[in-house]
Amino acid sequence: MFKLEKKANIDKSSVFMVPLSAIGCSLIFVFILFILLGKNPTLALFIIFIEPLLSVFGISELIVKSTPLIIIALGLSFGFRAGVWNIGAEGQYTIGALSGGATILAFYPMSGLWLLPVAFLVAIISGALWGMIPGILKAKFNTNEILVSLMLTYVAILFLSAMVYGPLKDPDGFNFPESRLFHDSGILPIIFHGTRAHVGFLIAIFLVVMMHFLLTRHMVGFFIKVSGESPRALLFSGKSRNQIIYLSFIICGGLAGLAGVIEVSGPIGQLVPAIPVGYGFTAIIVAFLGRLNPVGIFLAGLLLALTYIGGEAAQIKLGLPNAITGVFQGVLLFFLLAADAYTKYKISLVNIRWKI
Amino acid sequence: MDLYIAIFQGIIIASTPLVLASIGELIVEKSGVLNLGVEGMMIIGAVSSFIVTYETGSHLLGLLAAIISSGLIALIFGILTQYLLSNQVATGLALTLFGLGLASLIGQSYSGITIESFPSLEIDILKNIPIIGDLFFAFDYLVYLSVLMVIGTYLFLNKTKRGLILIATGDNHDSAHSLGYSVKKIRLLSIIYGGACAGLGGAYLSLVQTPMWVENMTAGRGWIALAIVVFAVWRPLWIFAGAYIFGGITIIQLHIQATGVNIEAQYMSMLPYVVTILVLVFISMNKNRLAVNAPNCLNKLFTSDI
Repeated sequence: MFKLEKKANIDKSSVFMVPLSAIGCSLIFVFILFILLGKNPTLALFIIFIEPLLSVFGISELIVKSTPLIIIALGLSFGFRAGVWNIGAEGQYTIGALSGGATILAFYPMSGLWLLPVAFLVAIISGALWGMIPGILKAKFNTNEILVSLMLTYVAILFLSAMVYGPLKDPDGFNFPESRLFHDSGILPIIFHGTRAHVGFLIAIFLVVMMHFLLTRHMVGFFIKVSGESPRALLFSGKSRNQIIYLSFIICGGLAGLAGVIEVSGPIGQLVPAIPVGYGFTAIIVAFLGRLNPVGIFLAGLLLALTYIGGEAAQIKLGLPNAITGVFQGVLLFFLLAADAYTKYKISLVNIRWKI
Repeated sequence: MDLYIAIFQGIIIASTPLVLASIGELIVEKSGVLNLGVEGMMIIGAVSSFIVTYETGSHLLGLLAAIISSGLIALIFGILTQYLLSNQVATGLALTLFGLGLASLIGQSYSGITIESFPSLEIDILKNIPIIGDLFFAFDYLVYLSVLMVIGTYLFLNKTKRGLILIATGDNHDSAHSLGYSVKKIRLLSIIYGGACAGLGGAYLSLVQTPMWVENMTAGRGWIALAIVVFAVWRPLWIFAGAYIFGGITIIQLHIQATGVNIEAQYMSMLPYVVTILVLVFISMNKNRLAVNAPNCLNKLFTSDI
């Protein structure tokens, strides 16, 4: 079938070529999919990928949707670099949203500039602690972190639901399962008047810059890299594998928690059961598409946010099912993984000689 | 007495999809591959079997559709991981995300429709035995199939040459390769088989458990199936224990909720997931037992043969 030989040195341009070719292949895939669904493929692609960029509303929504994706993916990339598979970011995000939101509600109706920073701190810490659970279990008992972090996601979502149906329910809300609306001190300022674009996006940009320096200019970044690429070498440096595991989960959980509180104090403005909408999973694709690189993640976050907004627009304008977004995201990750083979290996076709 | 019989039957029905999916994944992992896409393959099985059964009226064709479609998307995973040497964890996640998206896309116009319930074993002599008949002979065919598959897997892995070759491939792919076995072919076939089993598990959800299609109806069962394989420490017969314990918790917490105990429903629904974590911790603590039974080459890259 194929024969793969490891390339001696990886082509520098592949950093751009792999994501771009994966995006290209995914576009071709959905193009064919649209034809099969009986829709005009060019028009559909235009509505999904171009039109949102042509209006102020589209751009502002892009900012809103990409903020949590970028922040979560930054944290995930940290762990993925170290070879630590935290796929429970969705749960850490939910816990951050819940604890941050609960903090804002607890101080209702007190106002002041201190309220949001306090809520953010609570969210970051609780997200990190929630993330620490799989980390500790992995380090102490060698428990599979993938499964534990995922199971905790289901627990977190149910916990949010229990809180919103119970103690945090709006006392004047006619028994609807949602908290009261946050008062003004608990709402993030808007950047562009008249839109939903909020200050959280600036936080995301700040974090991209911070992470870039952490990874390229700081010892921590170096250890993370060593941990992922050569675990044995790490031991000689005096850092233990467990320290790296803890660090990865803390950073990832903390950032996911931050993304959660930004989402509730930004576009949502209250606690509802439907806060977790899969950003934690989509962020995995963002991290890979961005090549685990902060700037790449920023761009990838914008693209994946575009698929959400465009998917909604296509649903309204063309009656295309919203699930197109999920299909596109999944296919994108497939093509990305396939394209990776071309950078690491020289591929040649050989005769198939299968015998049973 | 009737209540206990109902609980028992409920547990069996809740556990069977887990048995089907995890016995397939066990074969995959025994061959040395970690496929985290069980959730995605299950949901594809659920939606395709439902649509085909609804359109043709034949449950058998529905099952066949589940086997083929889930086997096919498992094939994508197989080609990517075995021939393009992609990372198994990332590819498995991609499979889950893709499967969930694709399933809601193709199932969109079928949600809320119900179909005829799945045929059960109708052997009157056995079924009319008091209590025993209700406990063991009142189920649909798939329950018995799942039991046979687990026993068959046990016999295959321990008593046949091909089973031993499969285990050897998972334990040391270099040795298996130098003995002349095609590691990639064995793994690819295992992956397809695992996909077909997960598809059957998904079909059980949409054809038997709740004979209708609901978006995201697998609700994490694929992940629990993965945990059950670890719980069973890769021993086929222990799959029963794992699956029935998890099914049992699911059903018993429902019955506790029904009795009106003053605990929020959400906390009860957390139980299966929390127990999964506790069990994983407990199993992982015993490193020796894991070392003996876990496939040595699980999730390791194999590059040599074609």
